[in-house]
Amino acid sequence: MRDVAVVGFAQRQMPEFDGSPTCVELLVPLFKECYEQTGWTRKDVGFWCSGSSDYLAGRSFSFVQAVDAIGVIPPVNESHVEMDLAWAMYEAWIKIQTGEVDTALVYAFGKSSAGVLRRTLALQLEPYTMTPLWPDTVSLAGLQARTGIDAGLWDERAMAEVANRSLTDAEKNEYAVRKGGSSVDELLGRPMYADPLRKHDCAPVTDGAAALVLAAGDRAREVRDRPAWLTGISHYVDPMGMGVRDLTRSPSARRAGAALDLDGVEVAELHAPFSHQELILRSELGLADDVAINPSGGALASNPMFSAGGIRVGEAAQRIWSGEAGKVLAHATSGPALQQNLVCTLAASTSATEGAGN
Amino acid sequence: MGKQPAAIIGVGQTHHRAKREDVSMAGLCREAIDRALADANLSLDDIDAIVVGKAPDLFEGVMMPELFLADALGAAGKPLLRVHTAGSVGGSTAIVASSLVQAGVHRRVLTVAYEKQSESNAMWALSVPLPFNMPVHAGAGGYFAPHVRSYIRRSQAPTHVGAIVAAKDRNNALKNPYAHLHNEGTTVESVLASQMLWDPIRYDETCPSSDGACALVIVDEQTAASSPNPAWIHGTVMRSEATTAAERDQVNPQAGRDAAAALWKQSGITNPLEEIDTAEIYVPFSWFEPMWLENLGFAAEGDGWKLTEAGETAMDGKIPVNCSGGVLSSNPIGASGMLRFGEAALQVRGAAGEHQVDGARRALGHAYGGGSQFFAMWVVGSEKPSN
Repeated sequence: MRDVAVVGFAQRQMPEFDGSPTCVELLVPLFKECYEQTGWTRKDVGFWCSGSSDYLAGRSFSFVQAVDAIGVIPPVNESHVEMDLAWAMYEAWIKIQTGEVDTALVYAFGKSSAGVLRRTLALQLEPYTMTPLWPDTVSLAGLQARTGIDAGLWDERAMAEVANRSLTDAEKNEYAVRKGGSSVDELLGRPMYADPLRKHDCAPVTDGAAALVLAAGDRAREVRDRPAWLTGISHYVDPMGMGVRDLTRSPSARRAGAALDLDGVEVAELHAPFSHQELILRSELGLADDVAINPSGGALASNPMFSAGGIRVGEAAQRIWSGEAGKVLAHATSGPALQQNLVCTLAASTSATEGAGN
Repeated sequence: MGKQPAAIIGVGQTHHRAKREDVSMAGLCREAIDRALADANLSLDDIDAIVVGKAPDLFEGVMMPELFLADALGAAGKPLLRVHTAGSVGGSTAIVASSLVQAGVHRRVLTVAYEKQSESNAMWALSVPLPFNMPVHAGAGGYFAPHVRSYIRRSQAPTHVGAIVAAKDRNNALKNPYAHLHNEGTTVESVLASQMLWDPIRYDETCPSSDGACALVIVDEQTAASSPNPAWIHGTVMRSEATTAAERDQVNPQAGRDAAAALWKQSGITNPLEEIDTAEIYVPFSWFEPMWLENLGFAAEGDGWKLTEAGETAMDGKIPVNCSGGVLSSNPIGASGMLRFGEAALQVRGAAGEHQVDGARRALGHAYGGGSQFFAMWVVGSEKPSN
């Protein structure tokens, strides 16, 4: 495997975009930041890949307008996944591994505030029998949380502890939509939203966009003294069947984590849009108690659809760039109740990449 | 570690029809997958990763359908990627799947692309009004007709060239049991007599709306060794350009020209007309055959129609194009590009049945999408590439 690092990251997370920007207007400043960080122009980028969703945009081909932000005359080597930014990064990582290109810029965008997110996401369900009932995201997550409580795996206090820590950490994150911890007892005193979930147990509806820059070998070293080397990357999916899955588990997250060497991870950015999902992920990934979880505040502080998973990678990479950590983990999720999961490790040294092929 | 060799050892497709009421989306995909796996002599247990492609989610009204399809696709417990690059998606999806093998990350990858257009209203799905965007509301034919007219004007092509393509492709489709349209007795005259839809595009020069799917099994060198007739991947390429820009040439887009140049270089081809034995080119409206022959470098600019008129794109011509009947005979949009890629593979495997080109050793698969702005192509060959 070639040594590939994350060397650039730009993001926007907000409750709703000011005005009504087009995809192009959203993305141009993010690309500018990536160019400033790398010293590149668009001609230095060997491959582009985006993540987005037509349903979130309320239109077909939502990525078409977005490529205008790149400036695609002359034409570029480009692709798109109808998935989170983290999977766009995976496609770019693969492209670099083929040796065809050495660099890539991946981005994603989504404006959740344009619709009613929990209803929009109901359209992800099995269309012939389940979607007509319109079970929404928050209700499905509520069922998942209740299943775990009834099984004695966690309780409302453990969920509130996750929320309190996230909201406290989010105070240091300029992009956090929701921030400000109080106390676990104060959180437990707040009203139920979708029993057993309180509002702070659910990620806030967020608009946002983000971009990551990847580079191989010396191209990465040219950009940063301490690139965040992608030392492992793995992703899996579970069947959707909500009535068949054990909702207290996430086998795909476990499998993705098991494919990597997670020993010595100091920081983990987990994409858990509901507080109890962080508890499931910690268990499935087998993270030790001394691993710092979501110092950015995580998805409970802001969760821009289709960017939030990739933002976990960017946040984790920054810990390596700054020298704060030597080995970090980033995770992205997709689908209802942690159906699909991607895990990667980033490190300050380039010890052999492993796990991806398993 | 450089690029690893990769080959297609399984190709499967559905019977394409306007309405496949006998299957769900999952059943449609599975029909193609089961045929591809049988062709490859593999089972789902042998597959390491799955890559799905389709055109917009609004076509069937399911957001990210790969999530509910995961178990039917056999993806549960495996890595699953979902590609979406407009009409070129079937080609892009095959390229992403092949790159998983070429990167040395996976050994055996299953890729599937589909569209079940009967479960939706494509015209509605493509015509959602957008703020700050010029509404076209013309359908694809209305969008492309001015480009065709411009091509005819620029190239001085005789106006029956489109009908030659349509008659050829519809007759080729008679040899393909999977093709949607089996219109017996189509002639240049009958095409010219059909109704004018978007001048100069007539009804019989237009693709149908189909339900259908296509699946490929793409494997590494070691696995390919057990196949009697692997189709080796010699080159893959994707290029994108803007929808609208004053300097854009929509008749002969730069993204297509750049992609072709990169593809020929990667495949070690200096004269595609001489070195490619057959081509599956994305031709949803008949006039796109001569246009793309020029864009791809099979003919000089303005000369594409001469190859068509001389019969050189017929099955017994110098460069047989769309021997399967092409997009003009079956168009499940999300799958159409992968069908082109898969049919190219069938040709070099000697497995194209009645529409086989004798001795085809190197073939082109081509797809385009959006407003002629996204391109995906590959060259496959019966011999292992030397590059």
